[in-house]
Amino acid sequence: MKDLADLEKKINSELTTKINETKISHNQIYLNIDHEDLLDVVTFLKTNSETKFRQLIDITAVDYPEKSQRFKMVYLFLSHKFNQRVILSFFLNENEPVSSLTKIFPSANWMEREVFDMYGIKFKNHPDLRRILTDYNFEGFPLRKDFPLTGHTEVRYSEDKKKVVYEPVKLEQNYRNFDYESPWEGTKYIKEQTKKDNDKKN
Amino acid sequence: MTKKTKTLNLNFGPQHPAAHGVLRLILELDGEVVEKVDPHIGLLHRGTEKLIENKTYMQAVPYFDRLDYVAPMNQEHAFALAIEKILNIEVPIRAQYIRVIFCEIGRILSHILNITTQALDVGALTPSLWGFEERETLMTFYERASGSRLHANYFRAGGVHQDLPGNLDQDIAKFCNHFPKVIDDLETLLTDNRIFKQRNVDIGIVSKEDALDYSFSGVMLRGSGVAWDLRKSQPYECYDQLEFKIPVGKNGDCYDRYICRIEEMRESVKIINQCLSIIPKGPVKSPDGKITPPPKKEIKESMESLIHHFKLFTEGYRVDEDEIYTAVEAPKGEFGVYLISDGSNKPYKCKIRAPGFSHLQAMDYLIKGHMLADVPAVLGSLDIVFGEIDR
Repeated sequence: MKDLADLEKKINSELTTKINETKISHNQIYLNIDHEDLLDVVTFLKTNSETKFRQLIDITAVDYPEKSQRFKMVYLFLSHKFNQRVILSFFLNENEPVSSLTKIFPSANWMEREVFDMYGIKFKNHPDLRRILTDYNFEGFPLRKDFPLTGHTEVRYSEDKKKVVYEPVKLEQNYRNFDYESPWEGTKYIKEQTKKDNDKKN
Repeated sequence: MTKKTKTLNLNFGPQHPAAHGVLRLILELDGEVVEKVDPHIGLLHRGTEKLIENKTYMQAVPYFDRLDYVAPMNQEHAFALAIEKILNIEVPIRAQYIRVIFCEIGRILSHILNITTQALDVGALTPSLWGFEERETLMTFYERASGSRLHANYFRAGGVHQDLPGNLDQDIAKFCNHFPKVIDDLETLLTDNRIFKQRNVDIGIVSKEDALDYSFSGVMLRGSGVAWDLRKSQPYECYDQLEFKIPVGKNGDCYDRYICRIEEMRESVKIINQCLSIIPKGPVKSPDGKITPPPKKEIKESMESLIHHFKLFTEGYRVDEDEIYTAVEAPKGEFGVYLISDGSNKPYKCKIRAPGFSHLQAMDYLIKGHMLADVPAVLGSLDIVFGEIDR
């Protein structure tokens, strides 16, 4: 499909029940699906002669701690033939596993390992789900919003023990997250205060 | 009677001159033939994405210099484009040309380093000495424009940080005149060199289909015969007004990728020359005071400029709630930024798509069945830099 709107129609008509929502913005199509349908939708996008999304660009996740379904998985695809991009996404509960794409795209292997490493999301049927970017024996999932920016441990070479040691982070001064938002336009605490006041009045 | 053989496990790196940084490979060898490779990465992991989530948009730019530190400005470009697209900012035409010039300088910087160190890995010392001299010249251009040889922090949302200083364009033009001669010299040392060819031809062959399946981009994809370059297919800035060719390989081996890089440098010189001849005078950043800081002189005279300046460097600008993926053709391939903004002054999520990550992933596929001595040759032609792979 040459045209994005046509492609949107095509995807909607072919996959009717599997697509929750589509949107065109910034010259890209955003698809929202249910996570059980992932493999079907991806296989369709890759193999159909009118979509031909032959390349998986990236896999990532987004953490929304306040939502009931905590994680949003995001898959980016590129079609060289039609010069189009698709952003596929779905929401996920915290301990729910996702089907691995490694059978369809071999390059999904490391990308899924990275998501596992950073967010702790597990992948079904992944051949080799190990941590990839963090240190050996690392604990915790760094890109979750509740993981502190400074981390939990620090590492140094100990002259006494003649080896590298891991210790809990000790900071001379705690990390301070300054709120630079203008009080006139409403910082968080003022917004909350005014909201409370308004609720009381009503 | 069959002879029982045992495979040998060999640890390669993380400190090894041919590992191009801090790569650790666990190799399984049968005699001298590699049976399996397991790359261990992350030794340079600095948590860039986490840090960016905790910084304002303007403070996030320097982190991009530290990704692929061989061609810093190309990375900043992807991030600047993402913000500009969300906020619908028009970049002044002069700034677009400056960006293109420095992106192409970045491409030359990266390709010189790659070609010469790959030659070094397979035994040729001289190219690196010649190449680094040119790199030094190019880095002084970086320094004169941005104030820093490596960590430029030059491409900001809405344009570039400052205009080119006097005579810089003439000096870049001088460089462009003399550089093709240097490429010729490098080619006389390498292209027909018997040893270089023996080490690279038919090594690390990637087929068209596999290149797509393994998410290859840039030279890794073009070396295998896929004519795909984001500068042509999804043009950004003023690339659609410039004339240049996309070199495409045939066999998909290390040697074809080397040839592609050489030709790309020549095309880059052409692009820079065109830009220099048509670059107009004018502003270099968007006039919107809410996004770009006002000139220093105005801060002393105008109250409004002073307020803008103060607000920009404390609170920073806000980016509307949106979700976007933008990609640029970095020297190593498709470098992308997937940005989720939530209307505040900090990105909610910023995923960086580094081309080298997928290239290194294919190491096991590329090297299986090759000899141990081919490992550095293949690694060299992958053009990996750990700043961007480990992030």
